[in-house]
Amino acid sequence: MAETADTETLSFEEALRRLEAIVQQLERGDVPLDQSITLYEEGDRLRAQCQKRLDAAQARIEQIMTGADGAIKTAPYPAQ
Amino acid sequence: MEEGPVRFDASGRLLAQERQGDNQPPVSVSELSSQLKRTVEDRFGHVRLRGEISGWKRAASGHAYLALKDDAALIDGVMWKGTAGRLAFAPEDGLDVIVTGKVTTYPGRSKYQIVIESMELAGEGALMQLFEKLKAKLTEEGLFDPARRRPIPMLPHVIGVVTSPTGAVIRDILHRLGDRFPSRVLLWPVLVQGDGAAAQVANAVRGFGALPVDGPVPRPDVVIVARGGGSIEDLWTFNEEIVVRAVAASPIPIISAVGHETDTTLCDFAADLRAPTPTAAAEMAVPVRAELMANVAELDARMRRCLARGVERSRERLEAQRRLLPKPDVLLGQARQRADDLGDRLRRGLSHRLTRARHELADAGGALRPALLDAKVARGRQQLAAVRLSPVLLERLLADSQRQFDGLWRLAQSLNPDAPLSRGFARVMASGVLVRSADAARAAGQVTLKFADGEVAAITGETRPEPPAPPAPRPARKVAPAPPGQTDLFD
Repeated sequence: MAETADTETLSFEEALRRLEAIVQQLERGDVPLDQSITLYEEGDRLRAQCQKRLDAAQARIEQIMTGADGAIKTAPYPAQ
Repeated sequence: MEEGPVRFDASGRLLAQERQGDNQPPVSVSELSSQLKRTVEDRFGHVRLRGEISGWKRAASGHAYLALKDDAALIDGVMWKGTAGRLAFAPEDGLDVIVTGKVTTYPGRSKYQIVIESMELAGEGALMQLFEKLKAKLTEEGLFDPARRRPIPMLPHVIGVVTSPTGAVIRDILHRLGDRFPSRVLLWPVLVQGDGAAAQVANAVRGFGALPVDGPVPRPDVVIVARGGGSIEDLWTFNEEIVVRAVAASPIPIISAVGHETDTTLCDFAADLRAPTPTAAAEMAVPVRAELMANVAELDARMRRCLARGVERSRERLEAQRRLLPKPDVLLGQARQRADDLGDRLRRGLSHRLTRARHELADAGGALRPALLDAKVARGRQQLAAVRLSPVLLERLLADSQRQFDGLWRLAQSLNPDAPLSRGFARVMASGVLVRSADAARAAGQVTLKFADGEVAAITGETRPEPPAPPAPRPARKVAPAPPGQTDLFD
């Protein structure tokens, strides 16, 4: 419960784990009602964050190109 | 040819003599060596030679020196810089190899050697031998220690792929990634086989690791090193020490997918995760988006249920507690009973008190006797009789008052202004005012004559000549003969 912290900085995996932990905690049913509401609010933020990441999924394929000066750049990968 | 003066024959001669019939002139060493060289190189200009490497040594110049041997013979060999640099594996002593090249001689030291143009391992046995040897060495260094393996991120933002830009491998990987979780992919194109492949692969792995975290080229969260299936030689690039070390040292977690499931390379051992195929590597790199969506949705639903249930349970608990509260009836019952009891007793008390009061009254009433009152009344009567009051005094007073009143009444009757009207007089009024003179009558013009039985309107004017007497005195005349019905009030 102490790690209510900053959900924005969590990775997807951490956010999902935290969400799972919250759900399990709520399901155990030993949390007082007002605290369970706080937990729910945190869980809802985490859920929105996970959802946002899932919604943002987009394929983008690039290829590494090494320039004459040795600098590394990217170029679109030709679709085959 | 002139020779020196001293000559010996074969059994003790000092000098070589031209024999009769012998026309073979002696040749110089250089000549022979040159002849040998020509002969050897012509004859052994292209040989395929199998042997075990011994005394492998790469000189600073880049040329490599070695010997090939078997259990009975040995031949020196050399690989020039260009050839040695292109080797697909790192030769070492004891390796059974097949080389191709040409045999040459080295006249300066009466030596012959083979100049190696290509070198291959002699069969899988040799390759496995090399594999095992390198594996043992790197294991000892701890490169394959499972404790070194880092977890693969569940959902990487950027996935690096080190493989050939063409062919089925990259296609399979992209396809499977797209199916599961469309992602950003950075392909680092490399040769996966042949000359320079190992250096390219190692460079790509190191290159990804060297990318700054927030540079223009995004640094991958996970890197897949992949190659399709092939023979052990085809896959050998991924057993090269340079590749294995680069993979082991990568700061980014690596998934190795080289060859088919049955193929094992040292790259696999050094990687953080080994995938049996490139497609499987894609599966390990990303989760299935749809499953995650369902998972998140399910967690959300469970969470909502919990909250709803929590509220419900609290409500139930409240209800239960409420039920545990004693009923108002129970709480009040006793008090009410007591009130009823007190009420009863009050009533009974009052009634009792009343009864007692009645008794007291009755007791007191018993002392009251009519005789006492009777005696009192009789006594009063006697006292009254003793006064001897006579009504005569009062009756006389009454008669006197009657006479006095009668007289006053007759006087009042005679003074009634309307009384003369009944005897024929009329009263003249104008505008409700008594007219008292002829002038006033004339001035009024219109007057009202009031008789005993009513009023008459009249117009006043100058005295007419015809009637001898004005109407006014007429009633006056009538006054004299009093009507017969009219009697004196005082009669």
